[in-house]
Amino acid sequence: MPVTSAAVRERSPVRPLPVPDPPRRGAVRRQTHPMWFLAPAFAILLVFFFLPTVFNFVYAFTDWSGFKSTINPVGFDNFAQLAADGTLLRAVRITLVYAVLVAVFQNLLGFGLAVLLERDTALNRVARIFFLVPVLMSALAVGYIFQALLKPQGSLNQLLGIDYAWLGDTTWTIVVVAVIHAWKWMGLSMLIYLAGLKTIPEDLLEAARIDGASRFKAFWSIRFPLLAPAVTFNVATALLGSMNGFDIVQATTGGGPARTTEILNIFIYRTFGQGLFAQATAMSLVLFLLVALLAFPVIRTLRRREAVL
Amino acid sequence: MTKFWTRVQPVAAIALVLGVIGIPLWLVVVTAAKSQGEALNPDLSLPQHWQLLENLRQVWTEGEVPTAFFGSLLIVVPTVALLLTFGSMAAWVLARRATRLNAVLYALGISGIVLPPAVVTVVLLLRQLGLAGSAIGMIGVYTGIYLSTVIFFVTGFVRTIPPALEEAAQIDGAGPFMVFWRIVLPLLRPVLATATILICLYVWNDVFYAFFVVGGRLDTLPLNLFRVASAGLYLNNWHLIFAYVVLMSLPLVVVLAVAQRKIISGITGGAVK
Repeated sequence: MPVTSAAVRERSPVRPLPVPDPPRRGAVRRQTHPMWFLAPAFAILLVFFFLPTVFNFVYAFTDWSGFKSTINPVGFDNFAQLAADGTLLRAVRITLVYAVLVAVFQNLLGFGLAVLLERDTALNRVARIFFLVPVLMSALAVGYIFQALLKPQGSLNQLLGIDYAWLGDTTWTIVVVAVIHAWKWMGLSMLIYLAGLKTIPEDLLEAARIDGASRFKAFWSIRFPLLAPAVTFNVATALLGSMNGFDIVQATTGGGPARTTEILNIFIYRTFGQGLFAQATAMSLVLFLLVALLAFPVIRTLRRREAVL
Repeated sequence: MTKFWTRVQPVAAIALVLGVIGIPLWLVVVTAAKSQGEALNPDLSLPQHWQLLENLRQVWTEGEVPTAFFGSLLIVVPTVALLLTFGSMAAWVLARRATRLNAVLYALGISGIVLPPAVVTVVLLLRQLGLAGSAIGMIGVYTGIYLSTVIFFVTGFVRTIPPALEEAAQIDGAGPFMVFWRIVLPLLRPVLATATILICLYVWNDVFYAFFVVGGRLDTLPLNLFRVASAGLYLNNWHLIFAYVVLMSLPLVVVLAVAQRKIISGITGGAVK
């Protein structure tokens, strides 16, 4: 997900000066801020972003494949086929479960770290930098590190004295992979929660303490609600970002065991590699619609929660 | 602050850093320094015989690190340049001219922040354009994906700048391009720094879009890591996989050590407002 913290600011967007543009002013603007300044950016967006998206809606309904040179319309065949063998529902379910798990873990870990490392001591500043290392690292590398760490004869099992196959369990491996995903990105959530904590004025807490609130009470009743913008941003990016995830799952399990961690992008990558381009396109369209359908309610609900406060 | 917390907090912080970040990184370094036999089953023990440099040298040639490094640079640098120039040009006009058409264009322009790009059909499109597997195609795809982010950030930032400076320059007779280049762009420096950090982070580490667009035709650092690792896992060459990870992460460690304050303020830029 290519978004970060500035989204938090979006909650109260700085509107352009409320000058009702009189016609003369509009004419001046046309000269001082010409529309052709938009042309290069929107040309690139059109060719490399919107056009492929439109193609998605076309080629998902064809028999485009790597095995023949003609492309014919086939209606809903691809979707019917994917739905019939259960692949469609399973991939959607796995993707949603993965996204929710990542959002929960990443926010719990990020929030915990932010509270732990809140004070600006030298030690805390160094610790924050360490938690930023995974954020900057390649997700593929992170995946391989954990694959090694979680092998049945790996270091984690040696430390714990057990021989559990962390990445070979058809029920729980998806949780393990979601934790790895959260591990990579928790530093980012931490930074955003830290920035959110800093915006809360000290006198609010002082007032609460004078009124006799305990530390714990002051924290949950005052500081936590005021973090709403940071929560909105962190939950939305974690949720929507992990729906579009790929690298970590590919590097840890590759979709296995028995395809129980095969999120949509893994499926798309695998079928594309097999030359089944139309099926890959159909799933790509499913991902697009899933994210589009979820994005607006998620962002709206979280915003409404902010507005109540 | 209670006394208990001030005493426990540093201990907890150190323990967490060591356990949660330290162990995985330690595993990388010691395994990268082992021989193949010793690294067969990677663990946290120290290598009996340090051969980090030999391993690094081996992946340097086998993983074609120099080629991959320049391949990554060849894609990241033009992508960032295009994104910053075209993105801020568009954002400036979108922020300053509040017409209904521009509101629609802005909504379209930032839609890519949320919506996933169509990775499969973009390959088809690039083939039709004759750009399949080329660096230009890859640069175009990344620019298309991340323009939304740049437009979103920069438009928000331009709205906080008073237009008086631009007007002064216009009265002095400067054309729109001159105003943009000499007045607006320098003012955008903080937000462009943020955008640059983010884009570098995403593009430098990306492997998913690269698989589809240039996989097998152009070397980038993550693509070659995938190749080394895929062969390495088959042959159980964990020492080579982690030697590659070390090589790949070295520039990052240097950048983080030099510019950590910039990166932190860049990533959280604007969150405080």
